[in-house]
Amino acid sequence: MDYIYEPWPWYVSGPLIALVMFVLLFLGKKFGMSSNLATMCSIGGAGKATDFFRFDWKQQRWNLTVVLGAVIGGFLASQYMSNNTVDINPGIAEKLSEDYDIESAGDAYLPSEIFAADQLGDPFVLAILILGGFMVGFGARYAGGCTSGHAISGLSNLQLPSLIAVIGFFIGGLVMVHLLYPLIFG
Amino acid sequence: MRYFIYLLVGVFFGIVMYKSEAASWFRIYEMFEFGAFHMYGIIGSALVLGVIGIQIIKRNNIKALGGQEMQLEPKAKGIHNLIGGIVFGLGWALTGACPGPMYVLAGAGYYSMLVVIGGALLGTFVYGLVRDRLP
Repeated sequence: MDYIYEPWPWYVSGPLIALVMFVLLFLGKKFGMSSNLATMCSIGGAGKATDFFRFDWKQQRWNLTVVLGAVIGGFLASQYMSNNTVDINPGIAEKLSEDYDIESAGDAYLPSEIFAADQLGDPFVLAILILGGFMVGFGARYAGGCTSGHAISGLSNLQLPSLIAVIGFFIGGLVMVHLLYPLIFG
Repeated sequence: MRYFIYLLVGVFFGIVMYKSEAASWFRIYEMFEFGAFHMYGIIGSALVLGVIGIQIIKRNNIKALGGQEMQLEPKAKGIHNLIGGIVFGLGWALTGACPGPMYVLAGAGYYSMLVVIGGALLGTFVYGLVRDRLP
């Protein structure tokens, strides 16, 4: 039974992600997880504020159904298929501990120092979660897609705009981790 | 019936994201520290198969179920890809979550992700408001 609880290696996970993309293509759709954020804005009445959200969101119900499935998948995987710990490179875990007092590498799936529910009372943590989410939502729409839409779907289709966006993802990620983390968490 | 299939695709995707650890903040941090091959292997192997499969689809003009064209049209190109990408990357590295995994993690019981999703909705909304004034 160990293989159920062990993390899936990259050479299993990557092909399964490609499979998700191909199944959606065969269903006449495309794989991209950020567009449903705009759909939810539309449902929430954001079309009153700007034309960008004035579209027939009912056409996007399939996409929201995939999102609902992802929520259920997360529940099933965490409850029944995982011991909910992530073993990263020990050197990186040590660096997290020494530089940022994040000690939960190897014991948790997400650092409890940031993501434990009882940390939500901390204004600093709350600000990080909102700001980070904001940049993900804003950046994904501005770039025309996120990791699934550009890094998997777009690059698989050899699209230059997607290559540029993915280079942007990495510039942003490297700047955050190497230049801004010491300022934010140090 | 169609919606049941979409639900199953979502469940499968959620399980893959969680089990691959691509939804883990630790793995995202490790990736940007170049500390392991894991995330590069996931994206790389998905891409190799993706490129091969899409080439086969295009060369043989394979249609989607029901005979319609597959949705492979290019996205708009411009400086927005780079600037938007950088903003996205900053948020991705800060929260360790992109738009798929944030739902997966909410389902896994990490309720702080609901705040991240709220932030992402706000960011999407603000983009809609200011998009005409962006480069």
